[in-house]
Amino acid sequence: MEAIFGVPLPIIVGQMLLGLINGATYAMLSLGLAVIFGMLSVINFAHGAQYMVGAFVAWMLLNYLGLGFWPALLIAPLVVAGLGMVIERLFLRRLYNDDHLYGMLLTFGVALVIEGVFRYRFGSTGQAYPNPMPGGVDLGFMFLPHYRVFIIFASLAVCLGTWFLIERTRLGSYLRASTENALLVRTFGINVPRLLTLTYAAGVGLAALAGVFAAPIQNVSPLMGANVIITVFAVVVIGGMGSILGSIVTGFMLGVIEGLAKVFYPQASATVIFLIMAIVLLFRPAGLFGQVK
Amino acid sequence: MTRTASLLLIVACAAAMVAAPFFVYPAMLSKILCFALFACAFNLLVGYTGLLSFGHAMFYGGSAYITAYTIQSMGLPLEIGILSGVAAASLLGLGVGLLSIRRQGIYLTMITLAIAQMLFFFFLEAPFTGGEDGIQGVARGKLFGVVPLGSDRAVYFFVLCVFALGFFAVYRTVHSPFGQILRAIRENEARATSLGYDVQRFKLLAFVISAGLSGLAGGMKVIVFGMVSLTDVHWTTSGDVVLMALIGGIGTIAGPVLGAGVIITMQHYLAGLGEWVLAVQGGIFILLVTFMRRGLVGEVVHLLRKRRIEAGSS
Repeated sequence: MEAIFGVPLPIIVGQMLLGLINGATYAMLSLGLAVIFGMLSVINFAHGAQYMVGAFVAWMLLNYLGLGFWPALLIAPLVVAGLGMVIERLFLRRLYNDDHLYGMLLTFGVALVIEGVFRYRFGSTGQAYPNPMPGGVDLGFMFLPHYRVFIIFASLAVCLGTWFLIERTRLGSYLRASTENALLVRTFGINVPRLLTLTYAAGVGLAALAGVFAAPIQNVSPLMGANVIITVFAVVVIGGMGSILGSIVTGFMLGVIEGLAKVFYPQASATVIFLIMAIVLLFRPAGLFGQVK
Repeated sequence: MTRTASLLLIVACAAAMVAAPFFVYPAMLSKILCFALFACAFNLLVGYTGLLSFGHAMFYGGSAYITAYTIQSMGLPLEIGILSGVAAASLLGLGVGLLSIRRQGIYLTMITLAIAQMLFFFFLEAPFTGGEDGIQGVARGKLFGVVPLGSDRAVYFFVLCVFALGFFAVYRTVHSPFGQILRAIRENEARATSLGYDVQRFKLLAFVISAGLSGLAGGMKVIVFGMVSLTDVHWTTSGDVVLMALIGGIGTIAGPVLGAGVIITMQHYLAGLGEWVLAVQGGIFILLVTFMRRGLVGEVVHLLRKRRIEAGSS
């Protein structure tokens, strides 16, 4: 059997695959954070909670209504996006002209409320979600589950679709223009406040979609959001929020690095992303893809 | 407020604090004082320098771990334990400060949160911290080798003295030329730079002072409860201290103390509700940011100031 540094190849490839899946989650979440921040100047602390709610809506659809994975893929993001619209209309809207820190504090409160309610209802232990695509391919040296391949390509497609929407379409040009100068865009007759609501809804919908993707792989637990959001913050600091493609690349790359750390130095696997963040801050304070302003 | 009125208020507060343990459960009062000092230290950074750290539990809990380890495993007296905790927290503050002040605003917040999470995993894995159990049963011993700290009330008075010292330190820092420069940085960093101040150095020093005082609060916590656990370095503790400062009033001297009192009392009485406490705290965050950003003390100060201006103009 082939081995690298004494570690069998199937283990390395397996962990890289898991790393890519985690990376896909990081990419989708940091993408949503970056889009929301670009338009609303709000760092959405509730992003992890909304990711968790996405996974739970999928779980509830299955257990209460008997709706499976594929309908959930559409319904869960829509439900969470709807909730996001309510939050934006009721609370976030009042904060746009204030210090950015208030948006962060408010969404932190939202995250606590959501997490508290779900922990009260479901406890801290996870709920299992069945694999919608059982089976896999035998590559000879390892077994490759179908679902894992699907999730990587699906997330990549979603990320690139978002990039295309923002960088190459008319709607995207409105968004980018409003990021530069919202007042000027409004004078052209574009309804910027509605655009802001839709942006927040789309961003948190993306988080919910990532949650649905993750549901069959890990247990659906009220704690899953809080753990992931802090890592995603580190990813955002590393990548910088200036570039959409940068967020995607950084997310996937850090997922893989984390996966490899699990193979070669398991003690550091929980901290490796934070260490990379510290190193990036020392040598490129603005982040890998960020511009110094 | 006139000078005599504020002097009276201070004397009344001090008298209430001395009398309190004869009426209320002293251990809870001690906990409030620990968190009050922690919140004051945190407020020095967010309220007077404009740097929102979302990882302050690393200084508080980190110092608590060092204090507990020096007293229990190394068998050193409690004064040395607390001082080692403060020294460790200040050093950590230096390192974290150097890294995080390279970015501004929300990025700084995310960086401090991320570093704190890294240290949380460190304290979970490190051989000396007892993992999930933490360090338990730390003996209080005798203060300076003479004063026994057996009863909760004795500990309360010790904590009260330390709190008074810490509070005074924050007060003096804020009302010094150094504090003026910090506020200038908060209001307009570019202007402070153009006036010739080395902004980064001032920010860093504020970070170290805040971290050291948070460490002092963490050390006191070990003396009061004889234990330290992962909760003390968890992000929820960082969130708690943010909420305390916000509810009392960010950038007011007395606000964080009041905020600590409100939150600890609330946690104490709502403990039976379990996970709802989290949701309630989240709700308070939302309400404060939406309707009462100045906090309790901040609102009172604002009202008094408004009344004085109205009285002056009429």
